Amino acid sequence: MFTTEAQAMIARLGLKKGRANLEVFADTLQELATADRNIIAVTSDSRGSGKLGPYGQALPKQIVEVGIAEQNLVGITAGLALSGKKSFGVSPGCFLTARSLEQIKNDVCYSNAPAVLVGISSGVSYGALGSTHHSLHDFAVLRAINNLTIIAPADNLETRAAVRYAAAAKRPVFLRFGKAAMYDLHATDPVLNEGRALTLRDGNDVAFIANGETVVHALLAAEALAAVGINARVLSLPTIKPLDTAAVLAAARECRALITVEEHSVHGGLGEAVASAVLSAGVSVPFRIVGMPDEDTVTGAQADIFGHYGISMEGLRDLAQNLLRGNSKG
Amino acid sequence: MTDHDLALRAVKLRRRFLRLIVDAGAGHTGGGLSSMDILQVLYRRVLRVTPDTVKDPNRDRFVQSKGHCVEALYTVLADCGYFEEAALETVCHYQSPFVGHPTRKIRGIEVNTGALGHGLPIAVGMALTARMDEAPTRVFTLMGDGELAEGSNWEAAQAASHYRLDRLVAILDHNRLQITGKTRDVMSNEPLADKWRAFGWHVCPVDGHDYAALTEALTAPPPEGQPLCIIAETVKGKGISFMENVGKWHHGVPSPAEFAQAMVELDAADAALSKEVSA
Repeated sequence: MFTTEAQAMIARLGLKKGRANLEVFADTLQELATADRNIIAVTSDSRGSGKLGPYGQALPKQIVEVGIAEQNLVGITAGLALSGKKSFGVSPGCFLTARSLEQIKNDVCYSNAPAVLVGISSGVSYGALGSTHHSLHDFAVLRAINNLTIIAPADNLETRAAVRYAAAAKRPVFLRFGKAAMYDLHATDPVLNEGRALTLRDGNDVAFIANGETVVHALLAAEALAAVGINARVLSLPTIKPLDTAAVLAAARECRALITVEEHSVHGGLGEAVASAVLSAGVSVPFRIVGMPDEDTVTGAQADIFGHYGISMEGLRDLAQNLLRGNSKG
Repeated sequence: MTDHDLALRAVKLRRRFLRLIVDAGAGHTGGGLSSMDILQVLYRRVLRVTPDTVKDPNRDRFVQSKGHCVEALYTVLADCGYFEEAALETVCHYQSPFVGHPTRKIRGIEVNTGALGHGLPIAVGMALTARMDEAPTRVFTLMGDGELAEGSNWEAAQAASHYRLDRLVAILDHNRLQITGKTRDVMSNEPLADKWRAFGWHVCPVDGHDYAALTEALTAPPPEGQPLCIIAETVKGKGISFMENVGKWHHGVPSPAEFAQAMVELDAADAALSKEVSA
């Protein structure tokens, strides 16, 4: 997943390799559900993909299998939530947020069902399986739906906090997880309940604003830039909606360039959310959105795809340098 | 309330309903009239819920899957005291909470519906909660026959029998018409009863305008381990001669002359029913 140079940087920073966020989600949910019998997981033949096998064995009365039927998964998840359960509908992000979008919009969000929708193996986690299995549209479509908190955690610590936040929420929440093992980016458990940005590194030359599994690459790029005298700020924005506008605007005003990074289409995701906030505040700053361009996504594993589209220490470092030099190509 | 009382009340409800449609300048007239008697029996005789118990976790649940017929639901809810009848004058008006499809902002409405094929999956979720909590709750959903073309219904029908949800009741307002014309021409759902049986449901056909038959079907002890599908044979536009079985009344709004004619017919029905009592 990382070049030799990036691995050396990881070692230098002493980043500890954790587990897949998906595994941490499943463990955290099981821990919460053991203490609260009202928590129900709903799966669409996805308990294996969702790492919920142990949960299902330990808590067989707190898991509902609906078979391969994602529309029904969301409808049932909403019905459970509207009748007093804390339901977690768990299904691959690609299917959950496309096939059952109308159920998300109406049954969950419009009806204000306090349900949690969990997009597993999101983004390009399924890599070479192709576009049928990618969810590069989910931020865009979900951001346009009223009454939904959207969270894409960067590491195991953000994941634990996100699952706990979602379990306590009285309104709809969407959680997005990938399946690669993640490095711990925080020293202590972060607090997510205000939807705030989390500052991983301070700096005033360039700011990286990233979420999900891309954040580690932004952090490595920032460290690489430090070696050439460029101080980069790194913000992890686990909550894309509501957006921490104050943190975004502070970065836009205090830094000389802004780069957003996401495992999503460049259309409608974190980048455009940040751009909207910055422009609406009348701030002008050199700006780039890094994500998947409007094309058939290149074939490969998640790491290959990330590298291909510049989501890597080297790609982000070079982009930042070019942007600061005023190179219009970035 | 006797069957005769319900029949008299149904005349009043149909008057109020048509007035609402005219005031709103929009509405689903034909399907509202076909489902009105089912709704009245549900709220007057079947559902264990009142305006005072809408938060009781053990209440029965009603999900109007055919959300477009909300005007009939509003009329029945107002009649049962869930809100002031005057509110019906505001349906679809600017800033009114009474939207043209059901929303939870209105007392007594459990879930926001209107897109078709959503009610049954939600009802399955509610019935699963009742099962888990060992609650006495029964869950009812009202569906249209045109709506059955939505595949999500069949995902839910399969899940309901898989989980042996015998406290779940799907009521089909089988008026045989949809916006384009006859359901059998648009997308046939026949053999209807066999389909539900093949999905593991117990099927009960009933006259959807017969209060006694509806009451019996909706209150009979549920078959153990099987969800129940009540196929209610109904007439679209029921109660107004020129609207009955005429496709254009799916969402037709009566002109002043048509409204006056409908009121004449309902007055005659009222008089005939009153005469029955005094006779």
